[in-house]
Amino acid sequence: MSGLSVIYWKELADYLGSRKFIILFLIVTLTAGTIIYVIHQSVSSDVNQFTGEYLFLKLFTFSAGTLPSFIFFVSFFGPLIGIIFGFDAVNSERSGGTMSMVLAQPIYRDALINGKFLAGITTIAIMLISIIVIISGLEMTVFGIIPTLQELFRIILFSLLSIVYIGFWMGLGILFSILFRQTATSALVSIMVWIFFSFFILMVANVIADQMAPLGNNASLELIAKNEGIRNMILRVSPLILFQECTTAILNPSVRFFGVTTALKNLEVMPSPLSIGQSVMVVWPQFIILIALILVCFAVSYVVFMRQEIRST
Amino acid sequence: MKTTQTILETKDLSKIYNGTPVVDKLNLKIEEGEIFGFLGPNGAGKTTAILMILGLTEPSSGEVSVFGYNSTREPLKVKSITSYLPENVGFYEDLTAWENLAYITRLNHIPEKVAEERIEEVLSLVGLTEVKDTEVGKFSKGMKQRLGLGTVFVKKPKLAILDEPTTGIDPQGVEEILKLITKVNREENITIFLCSHLLYQLQKICTKIGIFSKGKMNVMGSMEEISKKILTEKSNRLEISFNDAQDTSQLIDSIQRLEGVLKVEKRAEDISLERIYTKYFQEGS
Repeated sequence: MSGLSVIYWKELADYLGSRKFIILFLIVTLTAGTIIYVIHQSVSSDVNQFTGEYLFLKLFTFSAGTLPSFIFFVSFFGPLIGIIFGFDAVNSERSGGTMSMVLAQPIYRDALINGKFLAGITTIAIMLISIIVIISGLEMTVFGIIPTLQELFRIILFSLLSIVYIGFWMGLGILFSILFRQTATSALVSIMVWIFFSFFILMVANVIADQMAPLGNNASLELIAKNEGIRNMILRVSPLILFQECTTAILNPSVRFFGVTTALKNLEVMPSPLSIGQSVMVVWPQFIILIALILVCFAVSYVVFMRQEIRST
Repeated sequence: MKTTQTILETKDLSKIYNGTPVVDKLNLKIEEGEIFGFLGPNGAGKTTAILMILGLTEPSSGEVSVFGYNSTREPLKVKSITSYLPENVGFYEDLTAWENLAYITRLNHIPEKVAEERIEEVLSLVGLTEVKDTEVGKFSKGMKQRLGLGTVFVKKPKLAILDEPTTGIDPQGVEEILKLITKVNREENITIFLCSHLLYQLQKICTKIGIFSKGKMNVMGSMEEISKKILTEKSNRLEISFNDAQDTSQLIDSIQRLEGVLKVEKRAEDISLERIYTKYFQEGS
């Protein structure tokens, strides 16, 4: 891969030195700090809500009052971070006139987007892992909870998952930066997609489910299940929902399934937490879809970019 | 005796966009050490032809070879011996001039020690040594263009393709750039492919000129060859200057009557802005 590492290091230096990185990092760190603080407050007022197994993991899924949990925070603002890193990756080079200069050097054309993509993923990974480490460290000092080995593995899995998830949004941003010549257009379109998958998909899913399986006053159990099934199927188009389901299962060992189940099925399960492998199995499909989404994004970017004309005018 | 080598050759090179040929069967041959002037109006397809030479765009038909390498099949080899200065050259604005050049050398796999020397060398060549640690974002258009030439020469190419290197530059800057181009051409034996629509510049420095319009190369050759082809009627001109006050009509009459005189014309002195400008800036300073 001629030139890939050169571009990778240059882009990484650019990302890490950019103002947007510093600002985002500050915001995310502050928010993480606030979350810990609020948890601390609510726990000290009522110790009972904070007992049981896997206490360390609970801190990531715990939502206190008005403030969302850390998972929700990542699932909701992660996309924004990804988009901010991706939306101007290619079109700013094109309009700045640097693209034709770089591509006139003896490198393969795909080295440019590969390098940018990898550098972006690395930046996101650095950001995310440092925040998770900060939170874990605070938890250990503030609450005195030490993670077990299993909890540690689950947190590592969660970090990987978050990187994949935010990486998807960055890939989407890069795709739009290839498709649209103006950085403003690519930014707006990326944000529109984000808003759609965060808010509107919920409405869309409800409307379609109610149309296909209308629930009357005394709807049968089958109908309710069908309605819920359709709703979930549509919701799972959204990477946001996929990520939330994945992380919920990974960080909460007692989660066994999503959606509606019969009471009988519930009775049959043992009320004990799952092992990591089993938790992963629960959300394996969601995880695969997330990976598939990122691959599709990248593949489309790749194909479009390779066929695009270089000239800036 | 030195034998010249063909640096660039195209055979029936064509590019068709949506049914219209942008470049139509271009046949070119450039020898080592030449300064080739690629002349043509805007939109003639010059840039497309260049992109095909570099292997950045695939030709619809025909072939290009640079130093024996096929541009379509071996673009990396071609790009490692060819430099290209795009028409609207851009740099990473938050990197310094030095860092921008260093990035280019790294992309060309030039070892760091060699690169450092070359960068210094090139910076002094284009006269940017004093501002080498300034961010390019603060550069003027002329400085950027000179830095652009720096990126071209820092990799010591065999062939340098310059697309409108003097657009948006003041006349004195143009002069400097042309001098620089001739200098590297002679001293470093870099073949120059200069693309422009400014005739005056081309005439000044080019050893060979091709006139390209609507995708076709109409004429190609040295200045004399071209003028022979295009200006078939050749005449010598004589200019005589007079004082304002003097009555010239009688004189014109008598000159007209001399044998061999084709035409006598009376014109007021050309007041060209160029003359004023060069007089003001060059002789004044």
